[in-house]
Amino acid sequence: MTQQMLKLNWLKGVGFVLLTLLALASCAKKDGGKIRIGVFNSLTGGTATFGISSTNGIKMAVEEWNARGGILGKQIDLIVEDDQSKPEEAALAVSKLINQNGVVAVLGEVASSRTLAGAPIAQRAGIPLITPASTNPKVTRIGDYIFRVCYTDSFQGAVCARFAVQKLGLKRLAILKDVKNDYSIGLADYFRKNAEPLGAQIVSEESYSEGDTDFRAQLTSIKGTNPEAIFIPGYYTEAGLIAKQVAEQNMNVKLIGGDGWDSPRTVEIGGAAVEGAFFCNHYSSEDTSAIVRQFVASHVKKYGYVPDAMAPLSYDAAELLFTAIQRAGSTEGAKIRDAIGQTRDFPGVCGNITIDAQRNARKAAVMLQIEHGKLKIYDIIQP
Amino acid sequence: MAQFIQQLVNGLSLGAIYALIALGYTMVYGILRLINFAHGDVYMVGAFVGYYVGRVLNTGQSGASPWGLDFILGMGASMLVCALLGFVLERTAYRPLRKAPRLNALITAIGISLLLENLGQLVFGADPKDFPPLIARTSYSVGNVVFSNIQIIIIVTSVALMLALQYIVHRTRMGTAMRAVSFSHDAAGLMGINIHRVISFTFVLGSALAAAAGIMTGLYNPKIDPLMGIMPGLKAFVAAVLGGIGNVPGAIVGGLIMGIAETLTVGYLSSTYRDAITFVILVAVLLFRPTGLFGTTTHEKV
Repeated sequence: MTQQMLKLNWLKGVGFVLLTLLALASCAKKDGGKIRIGVFNSLTGGTATFGISSTNGIKMAVEEWNARGGILGKQIDLIVEDDQSKPEEAALAVSKLINQNGVVAVLGEVASSRTLAGAPIAQRAGIPLITPASTNPKVTRIGDYIFRVCYTDSFQGAVCARFAVQKLGLKRLAILKDVKNDYSIGLADYFRKNAEPLGAQIVSEESYSEGDTDFRAQLTSIKGTNPEAIFIPGYYTEAGLIAKQVAEQNMNVKLIGGDGWDSPRTVEIGGAAVEGAFFCNHYSSEDTSAIVRQFVASHVKKYGYVPDAMAPLSYDAAELLFTAIQRAGSTEGAKIRDAIGQTRDFPGVCGNITIDAQRNARKAAVMLQIEHGKLKIYDIIQP
Repeated sequence: MAQFIQQLVNGLSLGAIYALIALGYTMVYGILRLINFAHGDVYMVGAFVGYYVGRVLNTGQSGASPWGLDFILGMGASMLVCALLGFVLERTAYRPLRKAPRLNALITAIGISLLLENLGQLVFGADPKDFPPLIARTSYSVGNVVFSNIQIIIIVTSVALMLALQYIVHRTRMGTAMRAVSFSHDAAGLMGINIHRVISFTFVLGSALAAAAGIMTGLYNPKIDPLMGIMPGLKAFVAAVLGGIGNVPGAIVGGLIMGIAETLTVGYLSSTYRDAITFVILVAVLLFRPTGLFGTTTHEKV
């Protein structure tokens, strides 16, 4: 092969790559009149049950809408990205959805730390993002394209504090929080801020880091301050283990958690140790209202098990988004954003949703108690 | 005071596990002058073997009999599998590099470590698993201090294994050979000792101890995942350095100090410093006593 032929081949190669790229790019922009919606969730990794449950809920909404003829007469094309339960992967997933797949809106992340990583990218691109379950107040402060369909931790923290102090009559409270988790730190702060004015005393505040398995040193310190209850605003991955080690240390305390406990794995890991524990949640599968019963029945029919709160919350987020796109009559980011913002009294499975000026949802919370491995409604707290 | 004693009990249990892992590091270093960075991952494999044994025996949530057969079976299987793994690793990865510069073997060790971690994620799955309760948990109170039967098992088993190791190293022919090889490969070879066999045996012994540590960790903190070996591996390495690397009693003392230091740090300062304390200790040892607590300086003859 001569020098010239080599050069020619090289040029051909470059030309081919460029053409392919162009073809791919045009594919992403328009494809057969479908509306592309992106989802980023933790399908694998530490908090995989959150992402799987949430994505299942979204898929239910998509199927129902597509069966009825889609949005604005177009079928919904759902693109799901896994972020492996890591914030850095969440940011990558969102930019991939927007830049490569050309989605018109993004649904996702359950965990606040991962929504906080992904949402700024959607905000910069002018693509609306609705998080189903990220409760940390900072999430929607990122910008005017970021919404949520769940309550915030300032409300959840107040609910847990009022519940512990007023309903259970506890006066000496301890906190064990995850210092690597925005959700956990925020919830712990709001719990303290609300519990102290009610006359309770936070006798001890200890911390751990996501992924820890040994909490005995912290629990021994907590035990020394003799509390009546421990508030554990973490995720199910650690909550069950902490409960086990509380039992092992013969501590006679009540355990109270936030919505991060909502996974079947809490009971699987914790077993007898989480029996009698309370946690704040978005819905109860035992609710007798028609909308909840219908949702639970069709979820059981499709997936074969009773859903935790992540599925109905995500279903609500998807329904709200699709309705907003329908109302906007367009897939333009700014128009969808305005339509989402105008949502009032939207009937969701997890309660009626009104989006306020800060792009948060005002909703009731449910206090659940673990009894014989099942979740029982203990109390419903209105906003 | 009760609280302090409780923290010591917690620290001692953690330290016993570090000590078991540190023994593997220190023995291999003593004989090969190699830091086997894959050692922490052998410990992870040990925990997973215990997990699968538990699944097969189907112990359920509540667990089997308090001092049961399940635990002994799991421990036996896991020590056996890891001993084999140690043998295979030495044979395939380290032996071909015996005559190569020391740095090559060190880099190979890091490579094997990454291989085991990623293979583990592929085979076992990346999500954490609940370790089956091979023994039912019970707690005993003495005054205000609470012991669990698992803590007692960890400490008793560790002490038994360490005594067995001391016996092997100081009272058997193989142990004598090990000490001879660690003194000088060439001289030991000239005396008719099969150096390769001695090195294999060292890996087998160290890996079995790591497996025991892995399975006891699974029982103690029942959540295991393929990356669980990284931090304990590093901490045990620091423990070995603290005790004087290459020195068997040093590794035990180093491990116990590390466990207690970590627990006291979390208990009285903050959990944020849990891992930092390890490296503070490492820096302090390297600054003030590079040979470790029990190490001796060897002067090179010119």
